[in-house]
Amino acid sequence: MKLLENLTMQIAPSGNEKNVRDLIIKESEGYVDEVTVDTLGNLILRKKGSGKKLMFSAHMDEIGLIATVIEEEGFVRFSNIGSVNPNTLRNVKVKFTNGAIGIVIEQSGENADNTSKISDMYIDVFSSCKGNELNNVFVGDAATFAPNFDACGDFISTKSLDDRIGCYILIKAIKEIKNNKNDLYFVFTVQKELNSRGAKTAVNSVSPDYAITVDVTDCDDIPNGGKCGLKLGEGPAVKIKDGSIMSHPFIKNMIIDAAEELGIKHQFEIVEKKGTDAGAIQTSGIGVVTGGISIPVRYLHTPCETANINDANDAVKIITELVNNERYWL
Amino acid sequence: MLEKLTKAFGVSGMEDDVREIIENEIKNYCDEITTDSIGNLICFKKGTDDTNKKIMISAHMDEVGFIITEITNVGYLCFKSIGGIDPRVLISKKVIVGANRILGVIGAKPPHLEKEKSENAASFKDLYIDIGAKNMEEAKSVIGIGDYACFQSDYVEFGNNLIKSKALDDRIGCNILLELAKNTFPDDIYYTFTVQEEVGCRGAGVAAYGIEPDFAIIVEATTCSDIPGTDAHSFSTKLGNGAALSILDSGSYSNKELTNAMLDTANKHNIKVQFKQTTLGGNDASTIHVSGVGIKTAVISVPCRYIHSPSSVANKDDIKSCFDILYNFLKEAGSLSI
Repeated sequence: MKLLENLTMQIAPSGNEKNVRDLIIKESEGYVDEVTVDTLGNLILRKKGSGKKLMFSAHMDEIGLIATVIEEEGFVRFSNIGSVNPNTLRNVKVKFTNGAIGIVIEQSGENADNTSKISDMYIDVFSSCKGNELNNVFVGDAATFAPNFDACGDFISTKSLDDRIGCYILIKAIKEIKNNKNDLYFVFTVQKELNSRGAKTAVNSVSPDYAITVDVTDCDDIPNGGKCGLKLGEGPAVKIKDGSIMSHPFIKNMIIDAAEELGIKHQFEIVEKKGTDAGAIQTSGIGVVTGGISIPVRYLHTPCETANINDANDAVKIITELVNNERYWL
Repeated sequence: MLEKLTKAFGVSGMEDDVREIIENEIKNYCDEITTDSIGNLICFKKGTDDTNKKIMISAHMDEVGFIITEITNVGYLCFKSIGGIDPRVLISKKVIVGANRILGVIGAKPPHLEKEKSENAASFKDLYIDIGAKNMEEAKSVIGIGDYACFQSDYVEFGNNLIKSKALDDRIGCNILLELAKNTFPDDIYYTFTVQEEVGCRGAGVAAYGIEPDFAIIVEATTCSDIPGTDAHSFSTKLGNGAALSILDSGSYSNKELTNAMLDTANKHNIKVQFKQTTLGGNDASTIHVSGVGIKTAVISVPCRYIHSPSSVANKDDIKSCFDILYNFLKEAGSLSI
């Protein structure tokens, strides 16, 4: 739990993933044989083996904001990084990668129809200002929701569970897997929220035989929540499809097999829109046999993404089982 | 040269005329010139030092335009756009159509004949090109379905150092590359003139995959919205404030070291520079940076009002600032640890 808290504490909007990357490198020390950071910033950790090349991926980045203009009075105008719903930004505390804190405010009188526009908002940064120079925020600096981790029993609520919970799962798996026969690549990607740009290049340098992406999925066990039937605490979801991929049956079936072997509850993810890195990975080069494990999360892309830690820990068990048993890959 | 470039017919997928002009000019200055399978023109110039660094500088040759989809019984041409064109700019504009470069005008029903005042701006389906043909047969004798058309618009200098023309996006970039190629720099440089930027940056990705540069700089024309009806903080760039560096747009997140290095160059040499203040729009960086195992990219642009229209407007000082930044940057790039 502490590891997950640490991961969500990091400010890492797409394109600014260094903090998370450094933490993962530190956590995996002594457990991996090779550490590579590629051109775009993807972190590739290898546990060597002589068998098939398996790639597990989770993305390090989160949605965020980027300063575009510093006004005379020191107020910061901004744009979004990734898919940010402006309605989630009103009166919300944000933190910049360099530690500066600010509050997002909507100009008064601009919100007649109750739908917010980012161009009518500004960030009030706690900082002294001279002309249009702030002493701690510059044009191009990026921010995310301020860290706000809470745990209550098995439930956790915080910013950026999307996809630090995936990073958490892979780090735990890295620590638990020993004497692997297959050649394992744990890939922590950048810029997923900007159309999976990191995954596109990472997969080209790994060229895996098989890939499994670990990400989150919208959970709709809430009032007026929709019909896909995912529930918190009912186990990790086996990806059948999302907006970017139809999972390869080979991967889908092996995840189900492993869950059943372990007696772990599992659900199925069938999503119309919203894509994941899995799509970019599947169609790279001459193609990769790809699937995914998704953790159900309520209120995605808000400061209070909520999940059940057991779903994540069960995903770790499934991955460990898959890697440790050759029979799944035959 | 810029006038000659903007005059050339170069709608996405039909960049041949532009390529020919550039090739004829640049061949005197480069060591090796190739045209790849999709039509990109790649001009290699060996560096003066053995730095083992490969730099790709790219600009796109294509411009937005039209494609003829149907010829009506009475000889009018129906068309669709190639690239993003706002139909509001189209009515009564002159266009050049087809391989025979025939003059046409874009027509629409005049207001006298509209029963009700239309609330909506014209859409492509209400517009047609009139080439003065008597009937379908006469039109068909000079135009075929699938033929291209582009704006007809003269290059004019006006106001305080401003220019007006079609296709400033991105013949401005092409011209800057041509000027750069006349100089020598320490590193090996691939001056790359890409095709099909306006229809999804299709040429650039292919070019970068072949070149595999250490980093790439995209030279573009970008939106400029310092105009009535826009809040100051929503201006994307301002005309006359120098070349604009992109931090983030819909297509890519620029490499910070590269962008900062160009900013430093500008500041060091007292060259005007600005940041693009909006994060919309995309360019060839979108396909270059994810090519292969990833390529560091940065984008520098000349602000251009009324972009993608026949009357695009740019400032000659901004063009010079863009050239000066790149020139000095390339002179000093060898010492960068990028």
